[in-house]
Amino acid sequence: MPAITETREQVEKLGQSSYQWGFETDIEMDLAPKGLNEDIIRLISTRKEEPEWMLEWRLAAYRSWLKMKEPTWAKVTHPPIDYQDVHYYAAPKKKNGPKSLEEVDPELLRTYAKLGIPLHEQALLAGVEVPEGEEARMPVAVDAVFDSVSVATTFRKNLAEAGVIFCPISEAIRDYPDLVKQYIGSVVPVADNFYAALNSAVFTDGSFVFVPKGVRCPMELSTYFRINARNTGQFERTLIIVEDRASVSYLEGCTAPMRDENQLHAAVVELVAMEDASIKYSTVQNWYPGDENGRGGIYNFVTKRGACRGARAKISWTQVETGSAITWKYPSCILQGEGSVGEFYSVAVTNNHQQADTGTKMLHLGRNTRSTIIAKTISAGKSDSTYRGQVKIMPKASGARNFTQCDSLLIGDQCGAHTVPYIENRNMAARVEHEATTSKISEDQMFYCRQRGLSEEDAVGLIVNGFCKDVLKELPMEFAVEAQKLLAISLEGSVG
Amino acid sequence: MNVITPIGRSLTPFAARLSGLKDADRKAAAGELARVGLPTPHVEAWHYTNLRALSGRVFSAPAAGFDEAAAQKALAGILADNGGLAGLPRLVLVNGAFAPSLSSAEFPAGIVFTSFARSPDFGTQTAPDRDALVALNTALAGDGIRLSVKPHVNAGRIVFISLAMGLEEDISFHPRHAVEVGEGARLSLIEIAVTVEKHAGAYLHNPVLTSVIAEGAHLTHVKIQHEADQAVHLATVYADVASRATYDSFTLGLGSVLARHEVHVTLRGDHAGVHVNGAQLLGGEQVGDITSVITHGAPDCISRQTVRNVLTDRARAVFQGKVLVERVAQKTDGYQMNQALLLSPTSEIDAKPELEIYADDVKCSHGATVGALDEDQLFYLRSRGVPDAQARQMLVEAFLVETVDLVEDETAHVILLQALEKALTERVGAPEKTA
Repeated sequence: MPAITETREQVEKLGQSSYQWGFETDIEMDLAPKGLNEDIIRLISTRKEEPEWMLEWRLAAYRSWLKMKEPTWAKVTHPPIDYQDVHYYAAPKKKNGPKSLEEVDPELLRTYAKLGIPLHEQALLAGVEVPEGEEARMPVAVDAVFDSVSVATTFRKNLAEAGVIFCPISEAIRDYPDLVKQYIGSVVPVADNFYAALNSAVFTDGSFVFVPKGVRCPMELSTYFRINARNTGQFERTLIIVEDRASVSYLEGCTAPMRDENQLHAAVVELVAMEDASIKYSTVQNWYPGDENGRGGIYNFVTKRGACRGARAKISWTQVETGSAITWKYPSCILQGEGSVGEFYSVAVTNNHQQADTGTKMLHLGRNTRSTIIAKTISAGKSDSTYRGQVKIMPKASGARNFTQCDSLLIGDQCGAHTVPYIENRNMAARVEHEATTSKISEDQMFYCRQRGLSEEDAVGLIVNGFCKDVLKELPMEFAVEAQKLLAISLEGSVG
Repeated sequence: MNVITPIGRSLTPFAARLSGLKDADRKAAAGELARVGLPTPHVEAWHYTNLRALSGRVFSAPAAGFDEAAAQKALAGILADNGGLAGLPRLVLVNGAFAPSLSSAEFPAGIVFTSFARSPDFGTQTAPDRDALVALNTALAGDGIRLSVKPHVNAGRIVFISLAMGLEEDISFHPRHAVEVGEGARLSLIEIAVTVEKHAGAYLHNPVLTSVIAEGAHLTHVKIQHEADQAVHLATVYADVASRATYDSFTLGLGSVLARHEVHVTLRGDHAGVHVNGAQLLGGEQVGDITSVITHGAPDCISRQTVRNVLTDRARAVFQGKVLVERVAQKTDGYQMNQALLLSPTSEIDAKPELEIYADDVKCSHGATVGALDEDQLFYLRSRGVPDAQARQMLVEAFLVETVDLVEDETAHVILLQALEKALTERVGAPEKTA
């Protein structure tokens, strides 16, 4: 099996060079002391100029967190995390919050430029009118979050005209307290799990989206998260509310600098879809994965959940997971509304010593609810990748339907790929189907490609891209290209 | 952050019997059991099956001796019901104790039989700390069968019947069985577990069977569990399969209020093959659990698993099937299929098929489906004049018979079909409750 041997050698050779986003931005930071206690939470709340109820909410979360223990059921191992050795608040120093990009630290802008984030709508933010045709060219509104603090949100004016609110959640807490109060914690309760409780206590920023009745959000919304400061945890919180007959497509991307020590990222994302609403949430997760010896990297412990509250609501999660030393993430759908639809499309790539335990939960509560799960797992190097998913059909969900397909591809004989589905059906008029396969790139496939003149690398690339096609085609077009590039980089050497 | 280890259920139901142990192995097992407790749903492997049926009771050891006449009558009944068994060599246990008066006196040449009570040996492969219920068995095992087939002997079929009777108070028995099939030898073991008469007492039947299948040998192990609803049946089976050996197993779960059949198969030599099949037909308040761990520890092995569950009333079935492919087990071919039919709106199925794979050159897949009877199929039969109840029974029967047909041993196949048909008439033949 020369192709595979060669592939393996190339994977082994793969050093850190491949993580292009490993730079650190030298910027003045406003840093809270390390450690976690009620005073730190009060400090965060004060810094964010939050109302009293928010502080109480945080403290309640903190108190329940104290009583909780870290989940141990996932197939990941890591040294114990010292939650007192983390800065829970780190923000780029600023005046009164950036009103325009000109007020934003130029270092920061350079960072985002390096990341290739379309912040060039900065002119718009700076108050310069953009010619009519310009914005149609790049209709993506971006909220950039730097060490848990939102530094710039573009295209807000245009969105406001359509009635869409897209702003940092800290701002939403101040400006739209009623909306936030009504929905925050309604999908992921404060004491939902260890990491969600931690997030609820200490989250510093994130994005807030509100799409009112009947509005189709005129452009893609996007958030870029970046962890920069050393020893900080990033705890962002995203809340997306889409009212009746409205729709939105949202993308998040993530990067972090290369560091020896592990950094903690524990985000919470809540989606609420009302009657006939539709939310498409896409993630390209590329946190720093650690070096080839498994040193450093981000611990990505994320709780993402969407509630289809109204009839025929639809929530679709698409994720391309290439980064993080450890990924612990299960974007879920609560299918409450009659005929509501949940979808989960995932590509998870692990290399070197990465560990990923990711999947989804589909909870069918309403009649005729449907869910589809397509998960593609690729393991290389010495990594371990697990699909863990739950499909639960409750007694009232007559006519519910689920289809799940999980495929794993192993590259090299030092990695592992695992599939752990939980299927729980309590309704005889529901139908659940699950299938999973594990394989490697076959010699026949390789031979076919090589014989037609493709190089070893190109052939592997082609086959892996084909393997992931079902998921990649779900990404918004602008990001599908980025995701394909990421796939290639993550598996450089094995995936052309 | 102090992480608290989940504390298991208390050992009160067995406390008195666990405290007076003398043997070192048993004491070690009891110590381990005291440390972990009986599993609760917080233990991942017991997430879906709750042992609270054991709580609040005290299970004493079964009394020595039994009503010989009643046992003979029951045995004659079983042999009459299951045509084909009468002429076969048999081993009978009453409340977990070997009963020579009910068993064959002679065995064909090449088969060595002794009872666990006469020659206690816990076997080589079951570390008592691996599983609380195996530890419980090790601590309290009183008797059991020990069979070994000499190399290159075709031992044919042996019937192995476990009777529960005289159940005036709550008792538990923990038989320890061991089967060894020598190099190139063959054996078919047909196991039947029944309750002779119903009484007030509840009982726990907690057998552990270890089997070692040597190079090129073949073991068929078919089990029919048809105990009464006063029974809790928690069985653990280990099979060690050597190079080019085959292990062909089937379990049919029909009885007990709570039953678990847990199989650990380890493929230790290359080119070995296993079938770990099963079916359950459950009604009332029954909970039936088929759990398996198939470990591919050597290259070029094949494993096949088909498990089907049919549920009526408020019954609940659990299927947990793990296929573990170790790094050395290249060229593994593993396939697992798990299907369930829900016949009533209050029945439930929980399934967890699981793949854990560390070798890259493998072909592993699993599938799972859950649903109701196919309306189109039902319509087809109804439109041809088949009454509703009968049509349903036909479809359910077809669904389950497909799994039974995987059993190659003809006698075992016939006996399984008979048991299934009887259960179908009891459970599904009645007019169907629909949602």
